[in-house]
Amino acid sequence: MIPEAPSPTHGFPGRLFVFEGLDGSGKSTQAALLGKWLQSQGYRVFFTEWNSSELTSETIRRGKKKNLLTPTTFSLLHATDFADRFERKILPPLRAGYVVVCDRYAYTAFVRDAARGCDPAWVRNIYSFAPRPDRVFYFRVPVAVTLKRKIASRLKINYYEAGMDLGLSDELHDSYERFQTRLKQEYERMAKSDGFTVIDSSRSVETIQAELRAHVRPILENFPTGERLMHDE
Amino acid sequence: MTNRTYGTRLPGLPDEPISGKLIVVEGADGSGRSTEVALLREWLEVEGHAVVDTGLRRSTLVAEEIDRAKQGHTLGATTMALLYSVDFADQLENKIVPALSAGSTVLADRYIYTLMARAVVRGASRDWARRLYGFALLPDLVVFLEARPEILLHRAISKYGSLDYWESGMDLSLSRDLFESFFLYQDRLSKEFAWVGSEYGFHRVDANRHPEQVDAEVRQLVAPLYVKGAAGRASRSPKIPLRRSPRRAASA
Repeated sequence: MIPEAPSPTHGFPGRLFVFEGLDGSGKSTQAALLGKWLQSQGYRVFFTEWNSSELTSETIRRGKKKNLLTPTTFSLLHATDFADRFERKILPPLRAGYVVVCDRYAYTAFVRDAARGCDPAWVRNIYSFAPRPDRVFYFRVPVAVTLKRKIASRLKINYYEAGMDLGLSDELHDSYERFQTRLKQEYERMAKSDGFTVIDSSRSVETIQAELRAHVRPILENFPTGERLMHDE
Repeated sequence: MTNRTYGTRLPGLPDEPISGKLIVVEGADGSGRSTEVALLREWLEVEGHAVVDTGLRRSTLVAEEIDRAKQGHTLGATTMALLYSVDFADQLENKIVPALSAGSTVLADRYIYTLMARAVVRGASRDWARRLYGFALLPDLVVFLEARPEILLHRAISKYGSLDYWESGMDLSLSRDLFESFFLYQDRLSKEFAWVGSEYGFHRVDANRHPEQVDAEVRQLVAPLYVKGAAGRASRSPKIPLRRSPRRAASA
């Protein structure tokens, strides 16, 4: 049985929630918590992350390692990866009427590719197969905070993440800060043009999670839970 | 040639005019494409031009992924179309543009048109495919070798001893019968090529004939490109398709 009321946003019976924001904005933690809560409420939930597809991740890794990628191949390779993930992991549950939670979606590509100088209209066209989500939560965070978190986590900043391919600066941290600032500008612009729900990430995990649940509840009103999808009442 | 793309800025494309020539040979498997490319190369080199060959699926970046995907037959149509676009973009930026900048002639054994036709036959919209390849360089000449399906069939069988799964479009489930699927698929492709050809300005060449006759006609099309001075253009140049449909609001 498939729910009868399709989403007013994308027309599929399922519901699609997207988490966007800079690395270190806290979105992944919140997305996972929201997914868990939705499951506890009885909804059938599918959770996916960017780069979780196996198809091109090896190539992306290899290309990144050797710094072989140009803005265009970088963009197309990630689009391929996203398409694979979309066709396999996002679209089927969406059509079957489940709640899909995405940690990063096409918007990540829009900001990243624009920051690399790709034509934004060209990028949008490539991703036009990806439907508009029911809600996009954008986690707003100062770039300085993300850099601090990055350094504290002792994770190495990689070449592309720092936008080193753009020649913004020879110094890794400096380049990272400049590149992330560009990404943030794109996100902020898009928050207006694409109607993101802006989440102030400077607050406590609990406060943010409570706010997210309050946003999601009305969207899922009358939306069937897993039990009702799998059996007649 | 001019550094003109089909409408989308290609980041990193040199600003100074590119002096080489980009010649594309398109046509189905069995249309005599590879033979013609070899003949053309020979002739151009004898004439004193430096020639660089290129074709589809020759980039090292994703060649393995494409092969693996074809073995498994498991990729969605959009994913497959995009995977091919990576391969093309990599060759365009790392091989075609540098060769043209160095003044060489680039002979492309197929180009974006085959990729677009294949994607559209598999369900992509023409508009999506056209815009996807907006970053491609406008060639100086596109020759389309056109042969009847029966001729393509006989050439394929005499060359490979059988029909290829992909060239027969078996992934489209048009028919479970390889032979029948081949005709159905080639028919759809040729309809798509007819559209692409009229939009993009192909020179159609009757490839039902002997390779020598085909080559003689192609040389007549190529020769004017090397005439010094005002000419240097094919009698019918490739063109940028008109954008008839207003830009759709991106759904994402």
